[in-house]
Amino acid sequence: MLETIWFVLWGVLWAGYFVLDGFDLGMGTLMPFLAKNEFDKRTIYNAGGPFWDGNEVWLIAAGGVTFAAFPLAYATMFSGLYSALMLLLFALIIRGVSYEFRSKVESVGWRSLWDACHTVGSFLPALLLGVAFANLFHGLPLDEQHVNQSGLIYLLNPYGLLGGVFFVAMFALHGALWLAIRATGDIKARAVSAAGKLWPAVLVLVLAFLAYSFVHTQLFGNYLKNPPLFLILILAVAGLLAARVYLAAGKLWLAWTGSAVFIACVALFGVVGLFPAILISTLNPAWSLTIMNASSSPLTLKIMLGVALVFVPIVIAYQFWVYKNFSGPIEGEKELEY
Amino acid sequence: MDALMLSRLQFAAATMFHFLFVPLTLGLSVLIACMETAYARTGKPVYRRMAKFWGKLFLINFTLGVVTGITLEFQFGTNWSRYSAYVGDIFGSLLAIEATAAFFLESTFIGVWHFGWDKLSPKAHAITAWLVAGASNLSAVWILIANGFMQNPLGFVLRNGRAELDDFVAVITNPWAWNEFVHVVAGGFCVATFFIAGISAWHLLRKQNEELFAKSMRLALTVGFLATVVVAVQGHMHGNLVAKLQPAKMAAMESHWETVKNAPMYLLQIPDEKNERNLVQALPVPSLLSILAFSDPNAEVKGLKDFAPADRPPVGITFIAFRIMVGIGTLMPLLMLFGLWKRDNLASVPTYLKAMVWAMPLPYLGMEAGWTVAEVGRQPWIVQGLMRTADAVSPITAGQAGSSLVAMVLLYTLLGAAGAYLMVTAARKGPQDA
Repeated sequence: MLETIWFVLWGVLWAGYFVLDGFDLGMGTLMPFLAKNEFDKRTIYNAGGPFWDGNEVWLIAAGGVTFAAFPLAYATMFSGLYSALMLLLFALIIRGVSYEFRSKVESVGWRSLWDACHTVGSFLPALLLGVAFANLFHGLPLDEQHVNQSGLIYLLNPYGLLGGVFFVAMFALHGALWLAIRATGDIKARAVSAAGKLWPAVLVLVLAFLAYSFVHTQLFGNYLKNPPLFLILILAVAGLLAARVYLAAGKLWLAWTGSAVFIACVALFGVVGLFPAILISTLNPAWSLTIMNASSSPLTLKIMLGVALVFVPIVIAYQFWVYKNFSGPIEGEKELEY
Repeated sequence: MDALMLSRLQFAAATMFHFLFVPLTLGLSVLIACMETAYARTGKPVYRRMAKFWGKLFLINFTLGVVTGITLEFQFGTNWSRYSAYVGDIFGSLLAIEATAAFFLESTFIGVWHFGWDKLSPKAHAITAWLVAGASNLSAVWILIANGFMQNPLGFVLRNGRAELDDFVAVITNPWAWNEFVHVVAGGFCVATFFIAGISAWHLLRKQNEELFAKSMRLALTVGFLATVVVAVQGHMHGNLVAKLQPAKMAAMESHWETVKNAPMYLLQIPDEKNERNLVQALPVPSLLSILAFSDPNAEVKGLKDFAPADRPPVGITFIAFRIMVGIGTLMPLLMLFGLWKRDNLASVPTYLKAMVWAMPLPYLGMEAGWTVAEVGRQPWIVQGLMRTADAVSPITAGQAGSSLVAMVLLYTLLGAAGAYLMVTAARKGPQDA
């Protein structure tokens, strides 16, 4: 039971990370397409400015919880995906630094350098997270000692790549909607229009990804056994539809919320499909890591559950407060900190 | 080189680079919160300008600390997966608690702090500063409890082929961790106060913004003197703990080969690790090592020869790092004390002000040397007495570890250079508008 609760919490933390960091990764990816001048660029940096740091901690927390609740899965996953993970970390480093460094020096060369870092550092994590999670959904060639017998190239199989492209598009839509909320003037109009164009692409990609998952993975097994679980998928679709409807109606906050629900449900869809496995071995099902053979001791799980039940709601409460108070429209130069 | 050695180098590079930024965050966050509190209370604009000026430097430093911290957490999985699987039940939960209870708070409110100058009242902004400062130091608590477990493992039981949690209270009340916490946080205040003092001295020499920098200087000298004394005094107590629980590290710190009572300390000493002796050994202070290690001149201090060669830490590095740390630890309070003595007439001692500009790297160097003693001196163990570093490394190839090491060093060097450039530029420019 404790293991199951932790498995769900594990999924929720990843979903939280995708929803929150997803939009600033998406904005960074779209920057070269949406920003036409210096003010536009700074608007993008400042639209994510007060939040990116707190958002990234969701990744730390998701990683930390993997470590705490399922240490063997943490060990296997992070060492098994070594090169992809290192790339992800380096990309996130240059992305984070670009926020702080970029506007500090008034030189075109300096700023374009950090703009490039920002875009690459946003696009690459989106892609890698998609590739990595698609591969987790399918499984990795883990041997009896749970050692991954494949490298970076293996991850770039068609299903993995589809997952990567899907994540990039999904985050880009999410980012365009966020930028539409916070920007004013021309760039806001461009963000709205970009969201409108990205939406059908995301729809096609999610359908393709689901169809591919159906034939290529075991994800649907749990759903066919427990049809009420299909509610997660229905919610995902509803979120995506809501994003389109509210975008057309000009209700941007609701559109973004729809996109957030969509992203969270996509993540949860995969995680619930995996249950009770965390890392599937494609070589032999007995070599998979599950919530039973990879979890921490009951005492650790109990203590950590207490910590999570106290602190996660507190975190959500103060982050909600920050979002509520710091996400108004960016009207002019005066409001730019970055 | 094999994956083990490359992973060790990578961990050293990642940690040492990360720890260029963490100590300043620990100390400066609190000092900025004090400045903001002064502003909220008195309404004097100079305090706001102070907080904004130091805050600008703080943010550059903070960002580098945050992004390099992520690498650290994930490295346990990427490069030390066997370690992670073996002690994750305890170690992993400490890192997870750090993220949920402290790091979230710190990282969320740094955004509020940064973007809230005009949105929040001075009082609310000061509270935000205290939240960031409190959360940073709370982070240090959990990280050092985690490191404390590696240095002095407590509260576990060997079960199911791994170390499992047995007594959570024992883990979080580990005396080693709390000694380390005091030492590191006081060290953080040394870094922050030398940072403020050095930059203030530079401006005072040029007679720019004298009110602001005189106030900053006074704050730095007062807090700095206290911090340097705490580091030194508590460092001695910490040394007692090392002598008791990690005698091999203690012996390596002093390149002490033979077990003797009334062990002297040699002021001039050159270790010769290969031949298990010291090449040069002169100027003994009688019984000083016994006193340093056990606060008792008659105490017996174990020599390295009492440990099998496979159980000894690298002597040269540990020895040199320890001497650097202690040397700097002795010099720092003297520098602060002199400044305090002349505090009302600093302009009359320009040489001192110049020296303080050049003294800025000292506590940084002391920090890095201190961690080198702590981590290299613990070898060959990754968890003292429980797991060897050689058994902890991931099943990765030397190619993987080597390429990520090269990439990391390159990236960090560039980032470090860019960050240093920005810090120096902003520090020289001085305070801008209010």
